[in-house]
Amino acid sequence: MKKSHLLALIAIAAAVGIIISTTGDASSYVDFQTASVMAKEGNLKSIHIVGELKKDPSGQVLGLEKSADNLSFSFLLIDEQGNEQKVIHQEPLPPDFLRSEKIVIIGHYVSDIFLAEKILLKCPSKYQDNTLKNT
Amino acid sequence: MHYFIGNLGHFFVILSWVTACFSFFLYLKAALTKDLSKSGEWIVNGRVGFIVHSMAVAGVIASLFFIIYNHYFEYHYAYSHSSKHLPVYYMVSCFWEGQEGSFLLWMFWQAILGLILIRTQKEWEGPLMSVFALVQAFLASMILGVKIPLLDINLGSSPFILLREAIQDPVFLTNPEFIPADGNGLNPLLQNYWMVIHPPTLFLGFAATLVPFSFCIAGLYYRKYTDWVRPALPWSLFAGAVLGIGILMGGYWAYETLSFGGYWNWDPVENAVYVPWLVLIGAIHTMLLFRSRKRGLRISVILVLSTFLLILYSTFLTRSGILGDASVHSFTDLGLSGQLLVYLLVFTIGSKLLTWSRWKEIPATGKELETWTVEFWVFAGAATLCLMGFQVLIPTSFPVINKITGWFGAQTTLAPPADQIGFYSKLQLWFAVVVALISGLAQFFWWNKPDKKNILYTLLVAALASVLVVNAKEVYDLKFAVLLFAGFFIIFSNLLVLKKLFTKNPSLSGGAITHVGVGLMLIGIMFSSGYSRVVSLNNTGMLISKSASTEFNRDNLLLFVNEPRTMAGYQIEYLGERILSNDRNIYLKKHEVRLSGDPFKVIASRAIIREKQLVYQAGDTIPINPENTYYEITLSRDGKMEARLFPRVQMNPSMGMLSSPDITRGYSKDLYTHVSASISADPNNEVEWNQPTQETMKIGQQFFVNDYVAVLESVKPVSSIAGYNLEQGDVAAMATIRIQAEHEDYLAEPVFLIKNADGNANVGLIPDEINDLGVRLTLNNIRPREEQFDIGITTRQKDWVIIKAMEKPLINILWLGTGLLAIGFIMAMVKRFRSSEI
Repeated sequence: MKKSHLLALIAIAAAVGIIISTTGDASSYVDFQTASVMAKEGNLKSIHIVGELKKDPSGQVLGLEKSADNLSFSFLLIDEQGNEQKVIHQEPLPPDFLRSEKIVIIGHYVSDIFLAEKILLKCPSKYQDNTLKNT
Repeated sequence: MHYFIGNLGHFFVILSWVTACFSFFLYLKAALTKDLSKSGEWIVNGRVGFIVHSMAVAGVIASLFFIIYNHYFEYHYAYSHSSKHLPVYYMVSCFWEGQEGSFLLWMFWQAILGLILIRTQKEWEGPLMSVFALVQAFLASMILGVKIPLLDINLGSSPFILLREAIQDPVFLTNPEFIPADGNGLNPLLQNYWMVIHPPTLFLGFAATLVPFSFCIAGLYYRKYTDWVRPALPWSLFAGAVLGIGILMGGYWAYETLSFGGYWNWDPVENAVYVPWLVLIGAIHTMLLFRSRKRGLRISVILVLSTFLLILYSTFLTRSGILGDASVHSFTDLGLSGQLLVYLLVFTIGSKLLTWSRWKEIPATGKELETWTVEFWVFAGAATLCLMGFQVLIPTSFPVINKITGWFGAQTTLAPPADQIGFYSKLQLWFAVVVALISGLAQFFWWNKPDKKNILYTLLVAALASVLVVNAKEVYDLKFAVLLFAGFFIIFSNLLVLKKLFTKNPSLSGGAITHVGVGLMLIGIMFSSGYSRVVSLNNTGMLISKSASTEFNRDNLLLFVNEPRTMAGYQIEYLGERILSNDRNIYLKKHEVRLSGDPFKVIASRAIIREKQLVYQAGDTIPINPENTYYEITLSRDGKMEARLFPRVQMNPSMGMLSSPDITRGYSKDLYTHVSASISADPNNEVEWNQPTQETMKIGQQFFVNDYVAVLESVKPVSSIAGYNLEQGDVAAMATIRIQAEHEDYLAEPVFLIKNADGNANVGLIPDEINDLGVRLTLNNIRPREEQFDIGITTRQKDWVIIKAMEKPLINILWLGTGLLAIGFIMAMVKRFRSSEI
């Protein structure tokens, strides 16, 4: 076999190896039900859940609680399957939190509460932001 | 309402698009005609088109800047990205806060590069500039802001739309001419000098990758398969240098401004420029190989084309909104994803088709590849660089993979790794090791016949140096020790090269200098990231907060004002909140100033003295930035003060608390301190004051406020009070109260004011608050008969701040390596530009 072919073969093998190891280490987007099952099986790997804040018909956010010193807060998140879950995040409340239309939480269950280690907020985009702030 | 400038700007946008299309067709025509005399005419016309296009781009930029500079908040762009208080040098940054502006910036650089190529590359002009003009047409279409009538499709998002077109607010129904008084302002994180130069550098790098791409396409098209490399090589080096410097500037900005404690976060946005850069580095090496050994042409074609296509792909990733669930950076989706996809696909498919149709004709040697030749090692190095990029590209593309599998009904739910830094570093470290070893080895083959003795000797020296450093710096981790060895190996092997070149041909030493820089960077990264250590360990044995995470309680230090603690061998002490004066760059204590009606100005409430110099007189107006608070913290060792830190917190209405570190730089390590929380950091939670008390006293009497000894020194009538207008008939008396704190005496000067003393008298009390001590004093009453005074005392909890501090060992080696990398790149580029002219 030619050496250049060998080199190409090694590169391809490495690429395949990378794909396998990468997908193996990847997190995944799941719903609360799957996450809870995973936690019960002892799998505490951090997973991603996409959802929305629980709101009453007038658009008021329900179930948001801040700790006395503002260093953490908890809220109710409804995932894309409609499951509702209490989520704790041990960081101060991000200012855009209540305005966000979609929230991605990354974390895992601790008994029956979901502990979010990281939160990504998806805020309304340019043309949907209907309010003027500095008027 | 200023309609004219917006219409003018929009006209320039449309003109730039039309001229780009025009120039594209004429240049293409020129490239397609066989008839040389005809093609000359086409080229002249295409050139005129491109020159007019460039002027139109300049016109767009000028119009947009005019709108921002003059605060025309009826325009959405000015309203969203600027404000009245924004200094002019940050107004430039408004351009790249918005997507439209950054497209403009990209077009601007490409227009300039295009004009340079028109002047210098007559021979290649037709195909070269048709690629340029096509790219410009695509970019201009992104900001076109035109509705296609029948299809109801919006083409592009114009930066010149009015606020009322972008936002449906009821106010516009009643008053369509409504103009907000002020804009939303620039993201405070971008208000940093690095953010003024980092994005333009990066976009210049983006634009520069188009040059080798265009040369390659032109070479393939004209069937000049070997000729294109010579003019393309210096431009590739230029792109590599600028893109590399741009990326590192971003890292340096993150280190200085963001408080995550590092310079690289493996965020999709960062990855999106890192991957093309790696491939570009691979391309530069195979092109160099082709220039000196006439080998590696096909791989050069693939890598040069891939670099630009990856830039397009990363543009698609970061701007189409597809990363929305995967990145901490929130991208506003302008609805351009369709257009961006077309842009990406046109160039990908077009360049693929051209390459395929010409592939067989591209000369290849067909000779067997020998292991102990430079060719082998350059190919191996380029392959490793590509794999290195590939490992980053796959997880970054997860959202795209999920989308595509969704179309085929087999939805995957891949999410990026939860611990990005750990995930990427794990493999990237080994790739870096392999790249460094291959690059070090290749040096021996590049310059002369390989001498095995020399190689072994260098390996031995590198091993020896590593063993010494491992022991001295306690690098007891195999992977770090291996990285250290690889770093030393690339440094030493290139130093050998440098030694030889220095006497014979120093102008060729750019490559070796770059490689030494890479070695230093690897070592610097290994130490500063691998051995970064939290030093602000909570050693009180008490939790800071029950609700905070264990990590937070362990890694943070609660400091009360004027109460020293120990940290990393230092005495650390918090002295209070400070405000930075914008005109003189002096940190002001909060009690030294009084608020004025304008939040961007304060008034000196007393003479402000620093180092025995009078800086401000009482009553002086001082410009400040109201969002910023600095926390004065001192570090001392053995009673001697070693550093005074001012970590910053910005309170931004839409982004909340943004903490930036203060970095104490040392030769061997940086100390990186930032504020995690403070008594006043949450504006929604007003600090609670205790119930006021009152004491009646004589001059000279001592009393206690918040555990400090205070003495009423005098009460005197005053004729002027800083920041207040005393009118005829007003009578004012000012008490001077000396409070003895740990480090200095504070003077509180509350005022008792009788307005209109002759007629209907009104009494006003002007309190004086000593923010550092949590004390507010008032002069409540004057009892002339008893020669006594009523002093009102209000206190609150003493000021506190929670800080986190990290040590970053040997980070200066990283910056030193970065500098060498830049210098080496520039030297190589200059050399190649010179030799390409010959």
